[in-house]
Amino acid sequence: MSTDHYIVLSAILFSLGALGVLIRRNAIVVFMCVEMMLNASNLAFVAFSRQAGNLDGQTIAFFVMIVAAAEVVIGLAIIVTIYRTRRSASIDEPNLMKY
Amino acid sequence: MTFSTVLTSLATSIPLEEHSSDVIAPSVNTPAAASGIFTLMFLLIALPALGAVLLLLLGRRSDKWGHLLGTLMPIGSFGLAVAMYFAMLHRPAADRPVTQHLWNWIDVGSFQAPFALQLDQLSICFVLLITGVGSLIHIYSIGYMKGDPHRRKFFAYLNLFVAAMLLLVLADNYLLLYVGWEGVGLASYLLIGFYIYKPSAAVAAKKAFVVNRVGDVGLSIAIMLMFVTLGTFTFEGVNEKIGSASPTATTWIGLALLLAACGKSAQFPLQSWLLDAMEGPTPVSALIHAATMVTAGVYLIVRSNAIFDLSNTARTAVLIIGAITLVMGAIIGCAKDDIKKALAGSTMSQIGYMVLAAGLGPIGYVFAIFHLLMHGMFKADLFLGAGSVMHGMHDELDMRRFGALRKVMVVTFVTFTFGWLAIMGVPPFDGFYSKDKIIESAFGQGWVPGLVALLGAGVTAFYMTRMWTMTFTGKARWTEQNEHPHEASKWMLFPMIVLAILSLVGGFTLAWGNSIENWLTPVTGFAHAETVLPEKIISYSTLALVALGALIAYRQYRRDVPLTAPQHVSALTVAARNDLYGDAVNEAVFMRPGQWLTRSLVYFDNKGIDGVVNGVAATFGGLSGRMRRLQSGFARSYALAMVVGAVLVGASLVLVRM
Repeated sequence: MSTDHYIVLSAILFSLGALGVLIRRNAIVVFMCVEMMLNASNLAFVAFSRQAGNLDGQTIAFFVMIVAAAEVVIGLAIIVTIYRTRRSASIDEPNLMKY
Repeated sequence: MTFSTVLTSLATSIPLEEHSSDVIAPSVNTPAAASGIFTLMFLLIALPALGAVLLLLLGRRSDKWGHLLGTLMPIGSFGLAVAMYFAMLHRPAADRPVTQHLWNWIDVGSFQAPFALQLDQLSICFVLLITGVGSLIHIYSIGYMKGDPHRRKFFAYLNLFVAAMLLLVLADNYLLLYVGWEGVGLASYLLIGFYIYKPSAAVAAKKAFVVNRVGDVGLSIAIMLMFVTLGTFTFEGVNEKIGSASPTATTWIGLALLLAACGKSAQFPLQSWLLDAMEGPTPVSALIHAATMVTAGVYLIVRSNAIFDLSNTARTAVLIIGAITLVMGAIIGCAKDDIKKALAGSTMSQIGYMVLAAGLGPIGYVFAIFHLLMHGMFKADLFLGAGSVMHGMHDELDMRRFGALRKVMVVTFVTFTFGWLAIMGVPPFDGFYSKDKIIESAFGQGWVPGLVALLGAGVTAFYMTRMWTMTFTGKARWTEQNEHPHEASKWMLFPMIVLAILSLVGGFTLAWGNSIENWLTPVTGFAHAETVLPEKIISYSTLALVALGALIAYRQYRRDVPLTAPQHVSALTVAARNDLYGDAVNEAVFMRPGQWLTRSLVYFDNKGIDGVVNGVAATFGGLSGRMRRLQSGFARSYALAMVVGAVLVGASLVLVRM
């Protein structure tokens, strides 16, 4: 399999994730879409790493995973807190910090 | 046409009589270093300065005895000064000037300012006057300020004044003189505004300070010009090198010095502060605004005689200023009902005499100083007399409410009479010797200055007799219940008696065998005036005019004096009551344009500069108000913006690649 296939898949996954972030209201789903975008980029990193024959891309993929794990911890905590106060996980409703 | 050319043309229009036949030039001996008693020269200044520092630092703790300490200090200086005077008397004339170099004050490259004192025949006259009259007035103040809660502070300021004034006359260079010059200005400010709770006193103090600053600018310009053109500002250096300076530079230095003298000595056009300065306590008016500080301008001109001898323009300007002020002061003195203001007008006029004499050059310098010394005695006597009257009359100053006081204030009456006779120039009192000499010398310059000085003597007799008559003779215009006039305490009477005796004997003592001329000639130079009229005729016509002036005033004011000033009077009287519109002129020429200028600058600042600054801020503020709307609080729209941005960046990268 050539690198192109991996890159096309990565692009499709990334676009789906972005679309999900833009159109879904449920914070959990938005969150999963963000994860999907991160993993799409991981796929691209790993594919390029294989093509180039060194470990740089894989190293970065690990970094992304670590950041994603941290992000999940913080993000889920925020979502849970918002849910507790508002009884809803919609991301359109919390707008206390607008202009 | 510049100011300088106007003056030059004026200078040439007044014919300067040639009196070069027997001019004695000032000697140019380098003063010797101080030895013997003269090594204590610094103590002259240090004693009163110490008094001021102690009284100010100790504060209320010294309230009980502060006035006694404050009085002892100038007396100590006076004792030293007398000892030094006799030591000087025993030396030959060439050895009399001595200097004492205390330390290097400023030492930067070629700019050297020593803190050095110089005592010569001219300085010692001033030192004796300042410490002598100063001590007497300190003694007087013990009685006068009795009961004032701030008496200690008053004595501290008086000591400060004496120290600064001594520094002024003992400095051996112009820069150090400037320190004393500012010091007396400060003391004068503090003392005019001594009754600080009175708005009029506070305003008068501020006015004196501001007007004096104008003159002080002249002195600083003169010092800078000296340093630039001559490279030195010591008296010795300037006297030596001034001959090599260009005539223009000499003239400008002279004119700048004259401006300084005008400010300090209340000469036209900077005369307006002196009349208001009478808001201060009367001993202050006597010491600072009559006997000593206001004569500092005369000292400056006489001290700078080498400069004025070389510049006819500057000297003529001095002469004209003196003549104008002489007449102005006399006219103001004639119309004032406030006894202190009338005396202030008289002070202006008498200093006008001195400045006129100084403007005559070598024929006049000596007599300027002679009259200055005499004036210091009789004017202090008159002011202390006025203070005593005021004291006895519940602080009443209006002469229209006095009258017939000779019966209740015998000592004051007699001492005041001595001062009155002295200022009019009645022989054998002080003024006769000094003023007569000035009038004679003025006739040596030509008809115009001579006649001005002669007429001035007549007017002087008029206003002084008016004051004397209104205060001490005629009918009493006070009531025993309201004012209850009484004689002052012994503290106050003693200085008045001493000064009255000095007003009688001072003149002929100093004039005896031309002693004052011989004494001062090594410093100032001397020349005999060749008068346009025989001296006898001048002398007799002066006396006749004095008698006439006195007679008119006596006849007019002996009879009834209305309690309120008559309103239907000549325009000149109205003008004189308003200080010859000195304030009005200042307001119209300086204050209003100044206010207009500041207001327009404030307007420009508010609307122009602030407008630009505020406009920029408002623009950004408005823009950010609009941009703020982008923060909709709608998380998905932020995400959309990010995606669109990322797509745009990516697309543009791709486009650039292609």
